[in-house]
Amino acid sequence: MDKKLKGKIDFKVLGRVLKYITKNYKLRLFFVIFCLLLSTASSVAANLYLQTLIDDYIVPLVGTINPVYTSLLKAIVTMIVIYGVGVIAAFLSSRLMVKVSEGTLKDIRDEMFVKMEKLPIKYFDTHSHGDIMSRYTNDTDTLSQMISQSIPETFSVITTIVVIFFAMIITNIYLTAVVLIFLVLILIVTKFMTSRSGKHFIKQQEAVGNLNGYIEEMINGQKVVKVFCYEERAKKRFDKLNEDLAENVYNANKFVNCIGPVNGNLGNTLYAVLAIVGGLLAVNGIGNVSVGMIVAFLQLSKTFIRPINQISRQLNSIVMAVSGAKRIFEFMDEEPEKDEGKVTLVNVKEENGKLVEVNERTKMWAWKYPHSDGRIEYIKLAGHIEFHDVDFGYEEDELVLHEISLYAKPGQKIAFVGATGAGKTTITNLINRFYDIEDGKIRYDGININKIKKDDLRLSLGMVLQDTNLFTGTIKDNIKYGRKEASDEEVINAAKLANAHNFITRLPNGYDTEISADGASLSQGQRQLLAIARCALLDPPVMILDEATSSIDTRTEKIVQEGMDKLMEGRTVFVIAHRLSTVRNSKAIMVLDHGRIIERGTHEDLINEKGQYYKLYTGAFELE
Amino acid sequence: MIKKLAKCIGEYKRETILTPIFVGMECAFDVIIPFLMAYLIDNGINKGDSKQILGIGILLIICSFVAIYTGVKSGDYAAKATAGFAKNVRKKIYYNVQDFSFSNIDKFSTSSIITRHTTDVNNIQMAFQMIIRMAVRAPLIIIFSLIMTFVINVKLALIFLLAIPLLGLGLYFIATTAHPIFEKAISIYDKLNNIVQENVRGIRVVKSFVTEDEEIEKFDETSKLIYKEFSKAERIVALNNPLMQFTVATIIVLISWFGGKEIIVNNLTTGEFTSLISYTMQILMSLMMLSMVLVTIMISRASGERIVELMDEKSNLTSKENAIKEVKDGSIVFENVNFSYVNDENKLALKNINIDIKSGETIGIIGGTGSSKTTLVQLIPRLYDVTSGKIKVAGIDVRDYDIKALRNQVAMVLQKNELFSGTIKENLRWGKEDATDEEIENACKLAQAHEFIKTFPDGYDTYIEQGGTNVSGGQKQRLCIARALLKNPKILILDDSTSAVDTKTDSLIRKAFKNNIPNTTKIIIAQRISSVEDADKIIVLDNGMINAIGNHDKLLASCEIYKEVYYSQMKGGKENG
Repeated sequence: MDKKLKGKIDFKVLGRVLKYITKNYKLRLFFVIFCLLLSTASSVAANLYLQTLIDDYIVPLVGTINPVYTSLLKAIVTMIVIYGVGVIAAFLSSRLMVKVSEGTLKDIRDEMFVKMEKLPIKYFDTHSHGDIMSRYTNDTDTLSQMISQSIPETFSVITTIVVIFFAMIITNIYLTAVVLIFLVLILIVTKFMTSRSGKHFIKQQEAVGNLNGYIEEMINGQKVVKVFCYEERAKKRFDKLNEDLAENVYNANKFVNCIGPVNGNLGNTLYAVLAIVGGLLAVNGIGNVSVGMIVAFLQLSKTFIRPINQISRQLNSIVMAVSGAKRIFEFMDEEPEKDEGKVTLVNVKEENGKLVEVNERTKMWAWKYPHSDGRIEYIKLAGHIEFHDVDFGYEEDELVLHEISLYAKPGQKIAFVGATGAGKTTITNLINRFYDIEDGKIRYDGININKIKKDDLRLSLGMVLQDTNLFTGTIKDNIKYGRKEASDEEVINAAKLANAHNFITRLPNGYDTEISADGASLSQGQRQLLAIARCALLDPPVMILDEATSSIDTRTEKIVQEGMDKLMEGRTVFVIAHRLSTVRNSKAIMVLDHGRIIERGTHEDLINEKGQYYKLYTGAFELE
Repeated sequence: MIKKLAKCIGEYKRETILTPIFVGMECAFDVIIPFLMAYLIDNGINKGDSKQILGIGILLIICSFVAIYTGVKSGDYAAKATAGFAKNVRKKIYYNVQDFSFSNIDKFSTSSIITRHTTDVNNIQMAFQMIIRMAVRAPLIIIFSLIMTFVINVKLALIFLLAIPLLGLGLYFIATTAHPIFEKAISIYDKLNNIVQENVRGIRVVKSFVTEDEEIEKFDETSKLIYKEFSKAERIVALNNPLMQFTVATIIVLISWFGGKEIIVNNLTTGEFTSLISYTMQILMSLMMLSMVLVTIMISRASGERIVELMDEKSNLTSKENAIKEVKDGSIVFENVNFSYVNDENKLALKNINIDIKSGETIGIIGGTGSSKTTLVQLIPRLYDVTSGKIKVAGIDVRDYDIKALRNQVAMVLQKNELFSGTIKENLRWGKEDATDEEIENACKLAQAHEFIKTFPDGYDTYIEQGGTNVSGGQKQRLCIARALLKNPKILILDDSTSAVDTKTDSLIRKAFKNNIPNTTKIIIAQRISSVEDADKIIVLDNGMINAIGNHDKLLASCEIYKEVYYSQMKGGKENG
């Protein structure tokens, strides 16, 4: 219809949306289209029939004495049938469409989520959470609007326009030319208005962003504002941004508000012009124009203009929805996490000195290694982890770890200390394969970790992270996270071990207290204790504690640590902490600096060495 | 609620009144135009009178252009009034929030305060525009059109009188039945978004516990529920269109039958007949619009309530009349202080606190997680009011001071250090708006921040990102201390504000305090014993009660908790920095 509009709507994306809609609901959609066509046809037919009714059934009877109404009645019945078909078709199409649109949205949402769970950690580290979230909220919302309303409406509008257009050409070609001139005029006006408002809409979005950003920053820092009596100054800046936004909202909406009345009345003008042109043609006998024809044509022009106005109002939302859909598809097209591992983790028991695979929890695990020659080897899981000359960078050519080599034997506690950015957390990210190494080798009980299935590898590693993410649900649910089948007794034991039992029992509903995602009602320290309990319940052969006790006071930390040490007796533990008291009793402490291990040894060794660790310990050096 | 929101129209009263007036004029034309069209057909085209055709045609064109003018005007005023209204609403709630006390802020979470400023204001802004435009337009069109139909033919007009209430009832029924289902569906939708958010944030937990499948199952369940509820609601809404079409059809059929008969007996012209049909369409479109407006208002009602709630919240901390404006010195006395966040004697966060601090002393506070250390110090600048008992600063009850005067003399570095987007200098000027570069530098030297600021390429003009993400934790803390020092306060409170600073710098800061601001009372909350051990007095808090007060040596000898903390940090005297 308009080439310029094509530039805005990405038709490839639109096509893919349509493919989604048609994928699972072919038959249903076929019926919907059929019904839409039927209802459009009936409304056009009814419109045209009205003229026939007047010309053929009413006018001939005018002035007759004792008029016979049977033919008029017949015509009315025909009308009822036409309308009846239209109403039923409209009802069926919108009713059937509900399942198509809601179902499609469900499919898209589900597919996005399944996809999301398979994305590598890198994706989450390189995209803001708000950005990912908005694909589920804003983008899906606009898309839903489009599928349930814009697409069916546009479809019937286009059908109407095409049908009416042909009817107009058949009725009178000269008058059609007049209509076309107005059509171009209306398109130009719409284009002008939308591009004007479009410019201001972009500015409005910016202003919204600025104001919201400021509000967010100030409200989040409201306590600082209070402490510094900053209120008046905070108001001043707010006023400026608020004023700005109002100005842009006004400018953007001014034009949008005008599209309706302007186009509507251009339609009215068209009506008058048609009447004048047609009337003059008829009176002067040019171009075979009859009175009935003009009246019919005027009706046609009205039905022609109305849907065009409708579609011009839809345009903005379609453009928005398509760009939303584009973002959704981009998300779906992301490369998922690759996993070529074949080695799996199984429970075993020892029979006659041989490892036998069993289904129940035996607290003894083994790696099941299927060799290429079909032989299956069971290797007892011990927690032996080795790094051989590992290099790694988050970005290509930008190594953050250089030639890391380390050996962690079962039963050892290995600690990493170093400044922020030294690469402590990165090392643990490599063990559980959140990221894959660039060069070198990591072996787990002698197996290259690339050969272990990721899920099984991760199951063998208990992780407690600095940011304790809890999930909506009860305290119990949260501790049982990862091992749903655990008994209440096991939960309580784990909580006791993490020193969380005390505060939990003091909560209003104890273990059944509901907590929300951000666990706002719990202090950071309490959340960490829960995260530790969650990991303790898993009872993993290897544990990684990444600043797991940073928000817990040193007294409580000591109690927790004693519990953990008991639990992890004979197993491997990696500890990252910037509080040196946390790592002091480790078997080996690695001091990291700019991605290299610069010192290693026990606490005593390192103190005697009088290097970086000694400086840290004596407080001559700042961490973080 | 409406009254309070209506007050926000403020200086946009003119536009708010002009909008419906112009909308009214626009409506009048919308109704006159079909009438003229009918006249044109009857007296012009049907009679083949070219003069009439031209005359009425031109009149029609003029009317259309006047209608465009009124339409553009009303759209313009509406946009202005709406933007202004939203602006005033935002301003009003933002200003009110600025007056909130800490307990007001705690009551609404920050995220909910933010949503009220954004999403909720958006919703009522939309409703406002609808009310001044569509809610005026729709009834007017209906009334005008009805009048016209009566002018044309009274008998046929009766058809409308019968059909309109029926349709209105139907639309109302649809809107009211669907609305609660929508509300329910939206609350499930929130749940779904919550699951997504938890997964995005906690993806490392999900992956390391290998619970992807469980999460997908959880998501699936909620997703199915949404599908079910939305489908249910949409199916009801899907009745809208057919109901409309059905009514239109019925009316047109009735008009055709009775109107046809009227034409035959010469009581009606064909032109009038077509304009009756036009009016039918207009009336029904307006009814449709009205039901849409109704739904929007229903949806935005909740938002309006949330906004008014924020407007109505009165700060529970206000200065007395004739409040004292001068704080003489930095002495602090706690007399039998009890405090509860919920004002409940049974849920005390602080119990029976008695402390006597002399001006210029350094006080350390130590205690485990949840021992109410922060709560204790927040009472001094009157961020909260005591539940019972009394706190005196310079011998006068804090409630007798002007709040601003008090807070200007009590500088507090909060546990959650906040820097704001802007340059270092701008951030430091929070403490003193007109601070000179020299003053700023001095404060930074005291806080041991000058050294590292100098190493930045832009020095004091270095831009701090929102939340201060581009400086390290220790640097951030030192900037926050400098900011507080700029206030030149009589009392300085550091709430665990040097936790990320290395012990050596930490001790340098304390030394600087001792030498440079000897008359300022310093209260230091810390986890590290080394941060407080040289204080004049150390208060050991446990479960909201004072466990012991004394200096380091005394506590080490007599206080069990202090001893335990000390040994858990295992620092021999030789390593004190």
